[in-house]
Amino acid sequence: MDTYLVTVLNGLAMGSLLFAIALGLSLVFGMMDVLNLAHGAIYLVGAYVAVALTGDGAGPAMFVAAVLAAAAAGAVLGGALAGMTRATPHHLDQALLTLGVALVVAESLTVVFGSDVHSLAAPAPLDGGVQILGQTYPVYRLLVIAFGAILALVVYRLVERSRLGAVIRATVADRAMVSALGIDTGRVLVGVFAAGAALAAVGGVLAGPILGAQPGLDEKVLLLALVVVVVGGLGSVRGALLGAVLIGQVQALGVALLPEYASFLLFAAMAAVLLMRPAGLLPAPTAVRA
Amino acid sequence: MKAVETTAPAPAVAARPRRPARRGRAVAAAVTAAALLAAVPLVLGAYPVSMMTRMLAFAVLVLSVDLLTGITGMPTLGQAAYFGVGAYTAALVGVHLTSDGAVQVAAALLAGLAAAAVTGWIAVRAHGIVFLMLTLAIGESVHQLADTWSLVGGGNGLAGMPPVSVLGTALPAAGFVYWWVLAVAAAAFAVVALVARSPYGRTLRGIRDNEARMRALGYRPGPAKFGVFCLAGAVAAVGGALWAAQVRFVSPGDLGFEVAALALLSVVIGGSGTLWGPCLGAALVLLVRDNLSAHVGGHGALVLGAVFVAVVFTMPRGLAGLARRPRRTEARS
Repeated sequence: MDTYLVTVLNGLAMGSLLFAIALGLSLVFGMMDVLNLAHGAIYLVGAYVAVALTGDGAGPAMFVAAVLAAAAAGAVLGGALAGMTRATPHHLDQALLTLGVALVVAESLTVVFGSDVHSLAAPAPLDGGVQILGQTYPVYRLLVIAFGAILALVVYRLVERSRLGAVIRATVADRAMVSALGIDTGRVLVGVFAAGAALAAVGGVLAGPILGAQPGLDEKVLLLALVVVVVGGLGSVRGALLGAVLIGQVQALGVALLPEYASFLLFAAMAAVLLMRPAGLLPAPTAVRA
Repeated sequence: MKAVETTAPAPAVAARPRRPARRGRAVAAAVTAAALLAAVPLVLGAYPVSMMTRMLAFAVLVLSVDLLTGITGMPTLGQAAYFGVGAYTAALVGVHLTSDGAVQVAAALLAGLAAAAVTGWIAVRAHGIVFLMLTLAIGESVHQLADTWSLVGGGNGLAGMPPVSVLGTALPAAGFVYWWVLAVAAAAFAVVALVARSPYGRTLRGIRDNEARMRALGYRPGPAKFGVFCLAGAVAAVGGALWAAQVRFVSPGDLGFEVAALALLSVVIGGSGTLWGPCLGAALVLLVRDNLSAHVGGHGALVLGAVFVAVVFTMPRGLAGLARRPRRTEARS
């Protein structure tokens, strides 16, 4: 029973990170049908920012600095990607563009940081453990879970209860109509793209003490984020949250019980959801599309 | 199909029946290309020949991507998975059963077909970019399975495959392996070309151009798309078996994201929808990856990423698009 508790907590921590990472991917896809294949690379930028700033056991101040630096880098990258993708009309071209950017960014990181596996320690006062039902559990992961819960609340307030959120949801549903109402949808798109990328990069910093940083991690994270988005439903915050929590649990259970087949379990979960609900569990309400 | 042509404004340029003169020219070009390719081992040394063998195997993978992306309009990033299934199957057959190349290719074909049938059943329900997303998720799942599954060597890959033999005789030199790979690749090209020009191929182009209209005309896009997905999986697996026959070592990197991305890049560089364009693109892309890479400190992906971005902005229709320009701007004979 206690080992299951650890697995469930691990899954929740993973789910919190996945929610931060997948949110931008889902909203950007819902708004402009752009599959941002550079999302994993942006995550990796965040992870390497953490390596550069907190690599040799820095304190909480440095950790906060890393979070802010990663958010800035992610926002700049996301803004640049938004600008580039808006310059090409076709969806496939846009996906290819982000693919090219992903290759360049990931390879540049390898050039700068080498192909070693970097592992990171949690910042100094948080690197201990705490007793839960007789099991020692890292404090840092509990804080990640708390971060995920707070992020979910904030994003929910912002997207479901504010004027800006109403504009964002309306842009997901029917972009042409929103721009006909006199709202500059271009700015909304760039803003959401940048904010989503910044969240992914922050996710990279926060996941540093859990997943580390190494070449190839961008693909793994992109896969997890894609599965979250597909399972949860495109363009919806609640879908991303549900998908992230679900996939976090599947991933943690898979790694704990059947480590060799964890990725197969992931695919099976996605397939099962798609067979029952082809649009995902909680898709965004959208306009009729051709 | 006639009904489509009379009602649609411009359904598909490629679906137009070819004039006999053009068909004659196409056959002549194909025969010339085959003869030139067959003469390669007589002229070039061992390294360029093994390089070209890998290009041919990769071209078969690219052909399968083109079948889905260019002809049916289903952009895919998952074909590397079936390529890998084929390569692993051929290598396993080679290590444990027989070194007969034909058996390896047949086993890979069946394995690729089965893998595509299982996964495609879910994937073909999606359209456009969502399909791209699903195939990417499938491809990465298979990649990570290969990376962790100890039965196929896990992260270390699968080594120890004996040299391929054909009709009971071992192929000792790189040139003989090249001819074997060329023969199978040519057969795969012929099969895909025949499918692309058959009524079924026209149905697929119709689905690419307007799926709703095809459904309204009484075609059933679902089974047609599932069929072409299975076919593409089998073709990609044959490419994987050919790759294994040359390299004799399979690792999870052979079915990774980068391979899938390069295959799609080859199709886009070559011009999706034609068959010869993507094959040229495959050769070009592999040349850049394996040769240019050494000159930029092993960071070929950097160059390829830049090429990706450049291609999207400068050559939206690829090499074939350049060739299809009006004659007065055409520089080539």
